[in-house]
Amino acid sequence: MADTILRVNGIHKSFDGTGVLRGVSLEIREGEVVVIVGPSGCGKSTLLRCINGLETIDKGEIYLRDEKISGRTKDLHLVRQKIGMVFQSYDLFPHMKVMDNLLLGPTKALGKQKQEMEREALSMLERVGLKEKAHVFPRTLSGGQKQRVALVRAMLMHPEILLLDEITAALDPEMVSEVLNVVIDLARGGMTMAIVTHEMRFAEAVADRVLFLEEGVVLEEGTPEKFFHAPTTERARRFLQSFTYASKRDKAEVQPKNNLED
Amino acid sequence: MQDLGISILFKGINFQRLMGGLWVTLRLALITIGLSCLFGLLFGVLMLSKKRVAKVFCRVWLEIVRFMPQLVLLYLVYFGFARLFGWDLDGETSAVMVFTFWGTAEMGDLIRGALTSIPLHQTESAAALGLKKGQVYLYVLIPQTLRRYVLIPQTLRRLLPQAINLSTRIIKTTALVKMINVTEVLKVGQQIIGQFYRQPDAAFWVYFVIFLLYFLVCWPFSLLAKQLEKRWA
Ligand SMILES: Nc1ncnc2c1ncn2[C@@H]1O[C@H](COP(=O)(O)OP(=O)(O)OP(=O)(O)O)[C@@H](O)[C@H]1O
Ligand SMILES: [Mg+2]
Repeated sequence: MADTILRVNGIHKSFDGTGVLRGVSLEIREGEVVVIVGPSGCGKSTLLRCINGLETIDKGEIYLRDEKISGRTKDLHLVRQKIGMVFQSYDLFPHMKVMDNLLLGPTKALGKQKQEMEREALSMLERVGLKEKAHVFPRTLSGGQKQRVALVRAMLMHPEILLLDEITAALDPEMVSEVLNVVIDLARGGMTMAIVTHEMRFAEAVADRVLFLEEGVVLEEGTPEKFFHAPTTERARRFLQSFTYASKRDKAEVQPKNNLED
Repeated sequence: MQDLGISILFKGINFQRLMGGLWVTLRLALITIGLSCLFGLLFGVLMLSKKRVAKVFCRVWLEIVRFMPQLVLLYLVYFGFARLFGWDLDGETSAVMVFTFWGTAEMGDLIRGALTSIPLHQTESAAALGLKKGQVYLYVLIPQTLRRYVLIPQTLRRLLPQAINLSTRIIKTTALVKMINVTEVLKVGQQIIGQFYRQPDAAFWVYFVIFLLYFLVCWPFSLLAKQLEKRWA
C-alpha cells in the first residue's frame, strides 16, 4: 500500500466564533486524487488553506508524511515548498513574464540552477500547450492560459501534494476543459492531489475518492461511483441534484481520453 | 551715485557665491530625497510588520517626527551628539541625518499605502510557493509597488504628487541648516547683505533673488508632477 502523504486529524477552525471546520479528518495516499465537494461556504477553501498554513487551525493536527506541520510558525515556508497550491483567482505575478513566474519558486525558494530549471519549465509549458507564451506577460493571456501557467508554476516545485481550489470557477465556460484536461493529465502521471471543484463530471472522472463537506463536517466519503450514483445522505443527494439541472447548461467538455499534446 | 540694490549681486563673485549656496541647498535636498526613498521603502515594509518590536519602533519614530520641530532635531544632532558621543559631525551630515529621519517616515507612509493596495492573493500565492517573508516582499510586493508608481494611474495619481510634494518640502526645509553653520543659499544671501549693509535696499533684492531661485528649483517639480499625471491618466 502506498505511503500516506497527508494526514489531517480532527481539525477545527473558527472565524469570529463561528465554527467553519468542525472536526475534519482526511488522509491522502501517494498518487491519490481526493476531490472535496460541498455547498458554498461549507469550508472547502478554509480546509485547503489550513493545510498549507495560510490559516492557523484551532485544534487538531496536520501531518505531511510523518512530519507534523500544523502549529508551525518558523519554517512554514519549508513546508509550503512541498505543498503546491493553485487558487481560483488568477494569481500569477503581473510584473513578471511567464518564465519568470515559473522560475521564481524553484530558483529563489529552492535555490536551484536557473538554466536547468528553464529547460524543465519549457518542456512543462509545452506539455500544457503554452510553449510560445514563455516570454509574454500574464496580462496578455486568457484566463484558461493563466491557470495552466499557474499549474505549471506549482508543479515545477515538485511538490508532494497539489491543492487546487476551484481553479476553473472564474473561467469562461469554453476555457474550463483546457485547464481540467491538464489536471487529468497530472492525475494520470501519479500526482497526489486534493481538489475542490464544482465541476461534477470532472470530479467523477478524476477522483479516486470524494469527500462531501457540509457546514464544516465530512458528511460522506467514498469512491466516485458510490458518491455520485448512490449517495447515502439526503444532503448529498440534494447537493448533487442541484448540479443535474445545472449541467444541462454546462458547456464544458471534459474528455478524459483526450491527449494534451494535440 | 548709489547703485541700484540688485547690482550688488553682480559685484565681484557674489552671484557665483549665491549659486554655490544654491548648489549646497540642492545637494542636501537631493541626497536627502534619495536616502528617504531608499529607507522609506524599508520603513514602509516595517510598518506592515506584525511584530511588536517593529510596531513600537515605527511608532516612536513617527511620533518624534510628528512632534519635534526640525530645528530642535538639527541642534540635537549637530551640537548634542557631538558632545555626547564625541562625534564630530559637520553641519551638512547632521542635516542629511535629520532630514532623512523625517523623509523616511513620510516616504515610508506612502510606500505602506501602496503596498497595502496590492491584492492579498499576491502575497498568498507567493507564500504558497514557499518563499520566505522577505523574499515575498523583495520579488513580488515591492516590484509591484514600484511599478504601480509608474504604471497604474489611480495609484500614481495619489502617490506621485505626494512624493513630489514631499520633495519640494524637503528642498524648502533645507533653509534651516544655515542655523547649524551650513552655508547654503540663504546663508550666502545674508553674508552678501552684511557686506553691503550701507545699501538700504540690498536685503530686499537679495531675498527677492533667493525667492526666485527657490521658485525656479521647485517649480519644475510640480510641472513634472502635472505632466506625469496627464500622460498616465
Ligand atoms: N478570513 C475569514 N474571516 C472570516 N470569515 C471567513 C474567512 N474566511 C472564510 N470565512 C467564512 O468561512 C466560511 C467558509 O468559507 P470557505 O471559503 O472555506 O467556504 P467554501 O466552501 O470554500 O465556499 P465556496 O464554495 O463559496 O468557495 C464562510 O462562511 C466564510 O464566510
Ligand atoms: Mg472556496
